[in-house]
Amino acid sequence: MSTEIRSILSEMEFSGCLKTDLTLGLPGGAPPKPGSKRGFSDMVDLKLGASCDHDEVSVSTPPPTKAQVVGWPPVRSYRKNMMKSCKYVKVAVDGAPYLRKVDLEMYSSYQQLLAALEDMFTCLTICNVMNERKIMDTANGIEYVPTYEDRDGDWMLVGDVPWNMFVETCKRVRLMKSSEAIGLSPKTASNGLSMNR
Amino acid sequence: MAYSFPEEVLEHVFSFLSSDRDRNAVSLVCKSWYDIERWCRRRIFVGNCYAVSPEIVIRRFPELRAVEMKGKPHFADFNLVPEGWGAYAYPWIAAMEEAYPFLEEIKLKRMVVTDESLELISKSYKSFKVLVLTSCEGFTTDGLASIAANCRHLRELDLRESEVEDLSGHWLSHFPDSCTSLVSLNMSCLGSEVSFCALERLVARSPNLRTLRLNRAVPLERLANLIRRAPQLVELGTGAYSAEIRSDTFSNLADAFSACKQLKALSGFWDVVPSYLPAMYSVCSGITSLNLSYAAIPSSDLVKLISQCQNLQRLWVLDYIEDSGLDALAASCKDLQELRVFPSDPFGAEPNVSLTEQGLVSVSEGCPKLESVLYFCRQMSNAALIAIAKNRPNFIRFRLCIIDPQAPDYLTLEPLDAGFGAIVEKCKELRRLSMTGLLTDRVFKYIGSHAKKLEMLSIAFAGDSDLGLHHVLSGCDSLRKLEIRDCPFGDKALLANAAKLETMRSLWMSSCSVSFGACKLLAQKMPRLNVEVIDERGPPDSRPEGCSVERAYVYRTVASRQRLDMPDFVWTHDEDSSLRYS
Repeated sequence: MSTEIRSILSEMEFSGCLKTDLTLGLPGGAPPKPGSKRGFSDMVDLKLGASCDHDEVSVSTPPPTKAQVVGWPPVRSYRKNMMKSCKYVKVAVDGAPYLRKVDLEMYSSYQQLLAALEDMFTCLTICNVMNERKIMDTANGIEYVPTYEDRDGDWMLVGDVPWNMFVETCKRVRLMKSSEAIGLSPKTASNGLSMNR
Repeated sequence: MAYSFPEEVLEHVFSFLSSDRDRNAVSLVCKSWYDIERWCRRRIFVGNCYAVSPEIVIRRFPELRAVEMKGKPHFADFNLVPEGWGAYAYPWIAAMEEAYPFLEEIKLKRMVVTDESLELISKSYKSFKVLVLTSCEGFTTDGLASIAANCRHLRELDLRESEVEDLSGHWLSHFPDSCTSLVSLNMSCLGSEVSFCALERLVARSPNLRTLRLNRAVPLERLANLIRRAPQLVELGTGAYSAEIRSDTFSNLADAFSACKQLKALSGFWDVVPSYLPAMYSVCSGITSLNLSYAAIPSSDLVKLISQCQNLQRLWVLDYIEDSGLDALAASCKDLQELRVFPSDPFGAEPNVSLTEQGLVSVSEGCPKLESVLYFCRQMSNAALIAIAKNRPNFIRFRLCIIDPQAPDYLTLEPLDAGFGAIVEKCKELRRLSMTGLLTDRVFKYIGSHAKKLEMLSIAFAGDSDLGLHHVLSGCDSLRKLEIRDCPFGDKALLANAAKLETMRSLWMSSCSVSFGACKLLAQKMPRLNVEVIDERGPPDSRPEGCSVERAYVYRTVASRQRLDMPDFVWTHDEDSSLRYS
């Protein structure tokens, strides 16, 4: 074995592995002498730069952003399809003459949903009051509490459960006047909506 | 020959051998045993449809009754195998039509099955009994209609997780009134509504029905009537588990469930209304398998249900169960053997549930029989993995997926080498391992040294150099399937371990550093390995030879390496030493 190969291999701590290696000669030729790695180094371009250095953990590629990575995380498309649905629910605002419908699947967070409702019911604004988000009709100062009816038929405060679960279980949305939501105002229930869900 | 047993005696002895390994061993003893065995083999399993050809199979085994086969490699599940790659069932079906008039069972996984194939199956075999299509695609409900209409003695029709083009639910109505032989029907992957009357009548006239898995379109209001007609059911997959809250619907359902004294497995549960879960409580103590992996149920409701199922052996669930739910599971279900926790929001940037490594640690502590795990989570630590390995040295399957690829130990920011090292060191019977997170070559050294019973290994975004791959290929004595994506592994390790590849079923490497030149070399040196270069960028020799290929799929085969159904993005070695390309 050439000294060059020997030193390369020992750098990479290949000790003990040589007996399992296949020596590469052309088919039909005489078997290479034991230890001869002629074919290996001749035929394969060995790029031995950084990979010999074991002191640094070399991550060869920076982790790609999630959107770009095909097939990651490894969830079968069958499963992805089964979890999907088109989820149109009615949205009622107390005092408004008619209802609207939104597809909850279009949004990926409570923030987005409220922003969409803000667009839809132009009289409403999401206000930041003392670090709490509230929905207000700025024209007349009426505050609204976002609530929804779940599959069990109960009226719940929007924001308690993870977004995905909300999408699954929500049947309809009602922006209830704060004054009606006795005992259910955001302050007592959950310190404002958990906006990071 | 005077000293050998007569053929009939040997044949009778061989009839007690059911395992393929035993039969293969027997056929190697001598020529006459080989001959006797091949005439009396009735069941065959082909792990890779391209490892052998229909002609070879038919020539060797002239009297088969059951064929089971797998097509695409596992990573096809995650869209890593381009459309049109292969795994077509039709050539097999067509060849077997002539050769096996008494064929009874066909089980296919990850293969492309057409309506034409299904029609051929339905018309070719007089005693056809079992059709199982797992993760298959390429057929429509018309093909199912042929099966329903023509297979007079059909026992099993199982379409597990296949992608079926759903033209209508009318196929079910093709089962003739004379068909009373059904034992198992799994239509859970279908979208369309079937005729509920036809379904009820079918269930009612199938006294041997043990497994019934409905699809989402069967509403909860219909479930009670169906179950009532089949109180002997052992496995039930519900349809949508939601309805308006009504006490009569509830009591109807509860009554129907209470009549099912043999029920062991439950699945389905799309669109769950938690208030209806208690309707099942009467059967929970007998339940051993529960698949709630499509059910968005809050942790508290999950816990209430699971704590009724003390005999649970297998649980598939979404991460809504959270750590608290897994704590409860660990406390109630001491017979648990298999746990799978799937992500409810795999593409979300932030965690949406409170499920961490702690849940897995609890279950590994509390469930002494736990041997198989698939766990999706967003953080992991070496300490947790070491604890899990210590608690549960009896793991045979350990699949961990940390959503962020290359995530380090979240406490120490170190790689997770030590954690996975502990897993392979302690779990001496480990047969399957999937790893994620920040991992260096070190973890592969541990795997090569310790994982001697490991048969299947899945690696993604891991390792530093060829040394990693070399450790695995040279150290894992029992390795059969290796699948790798996005790792800096390349030519050296592959070529140095070429002989090893012939002892394995297959090797998949995508987005790694394998060059076209190495693929050519490997194929030249190893005539019984098919080295497929799967590259959608055009002919590989239009790029420099050192350029990495997009995907390499290497598998042993006794069939021709020039499979006739190769698409234009697949290149293999041409027998006259130059690589074929179209």
